[in-house]
Amino acid sequence: MGLSRHPSLADTQTLAARTTADREIVSYDPKSQEGWVTTRLDFLVNWGRANSLWPMPFGTACCAIEFMATAASHYDLARFGMERMSFSPRQADVLICAGRVPFKLAPIIRRIWQQMPQPKWCISMGACASTGGMFDNYAVVQGIDTIIPVDVYVPGCPPRPEGLLHGIRMLQEKVKNERGADERVRDEMEPDPNSKLYIPPAMIDELSEPFGNSVHQTRSAP
Amino acid sequence: MTAPFAVVTPGSAAPGATAPATPKNLPHTGGEANPSAEALRARFGAAIERVDVVWGETTVYVQGARLLEIVRWLHDDPAQQYDYLSDVTAVEHRDLDQPLEVVWHLRSLPFRRFLRVKVRIAKGEKLEVDSVWPVYKGADWLEREAYDMFGIDFRGHPDMRRILMWESFKEGYPLRKDFPLRGRFSRSEQLRQALDQDPEARYSMEELSVADAFEDLPPDMRERLASGEKVGE
Repeated sequence: MGLSRHPSLADTQTLAARTTADREIVSYDPKSQEGWVTTRLDFLVNWGRANSLWPMPFGTACCAIEFMATAASHYDLARFGMERMSFSPRQADVLICAGRVPFKLAPIIRRIWQQMPQPKWCISMGACASTGGMFDNYAVVQGIDTIIPVDVYVPGCPPRPEGLLHGIRMLQEKVKNERGADERVRDEMEPDPNSKLYIPPAMIDELSEPFGNSVHQTRSAP
Repeated sequence: MTAPFAVVTPGSAAPGATAPATPKNLPHTGGEANPSAEALRARFGAAIERVDVVWGETTVYVQGARLLEIVRWLHDDPAQQYDYLSDVTAVEHRDLDQPLEVVWHLRSLPFRRFLRVKVRIAKGEKLEVDSVWPVYKGADWLEREAYDMFGIDFRGHPDMRRILMWESFKEGYPLRKDFPLRGRFSRSEQLRQALDQDPEARYSMEELSVADAFEDLPPDMRERLASGEKVGE
């Protein structure tokens, strides 16, 4: 069978060994008419997801300036598959919250997060988004993780573009190591039906009437 | 003034207007007062309580009861022509016995003059003054901001609501000296109340309704609307 040395299930011992094997299981038999590749589904899906994260920029302050610098030609987010800024939450994979979030914006960022389809991730960029930063006052949310779940915190005030890129690489590592069988990472906390925040599924469908080419992409749809 | 507005170019300033120049060697207090202050004294007498000149800028303290009348005169009188209201704000002093001051910044483009008008509201009195919205339509949002931050009620304002803080903000007026920096409620309570607000309910019907503003729209937009073109949403 030529060059193939894909591991059988009996061979796999540890996670580390498996991950190493993932990189070496691509095989090609030059004598046959068709090339073939074997891999694990998780690896393939995660590889695709990690390298085409579409960011939803939520820029509210000076961090957004650094974010724009990161996206521009010098630092060039496109190298990491993020050249497509999604200004609609419904076609985004990763919410990048750059800047402070006042309480007045809290329900809005929460709703944007709810509108993003699974799988989705969140990067909290800078001191203010992560902790409230220097704005320890009556108007500013003390960390967006009190509103939405955060995957990567990027420190800095504001972080340099290299910092954000490092955070994005960390997120890519996290995505690559996810297991499709583990459904817990996709768990979403349902809003309290008694709060004004709660939107019934029917109304979500109504609000998310077809637009663009994503006719069936609504949050309440299975 | 007959025209609703006039463009002031270097050649078209009113006769007697001072040439634009960067002032030099200004004294901290004293110095030459804005000529409008003297004119106000002559016209309104005792309603003008005090005139201060600080760093070359003139502040006129007036009686709150006659504020609207005074501002309207400053706007309409051909020798004053204060046609631009640049700010409405308020000052609360650290010394809590001092009265709270409501401040209007007026600018006369034809005469190149700046005048600061203040009304003092003694502690314990109701925080109420007349709105200058009938004279300056631009006072709308400025007065809403002063209301939001200090709780000053502007009588005669068409739409007295909060503008910076959200509608359901219950903690009071943040720029008052007795307001704690972190607010009155706990963080979790603040967050709970903030998340309870309805992001779509922030606009009044006046803001959403095109019909009410129809007469104020430019002619081309009126034509497009009249021909049945849909707007917004």
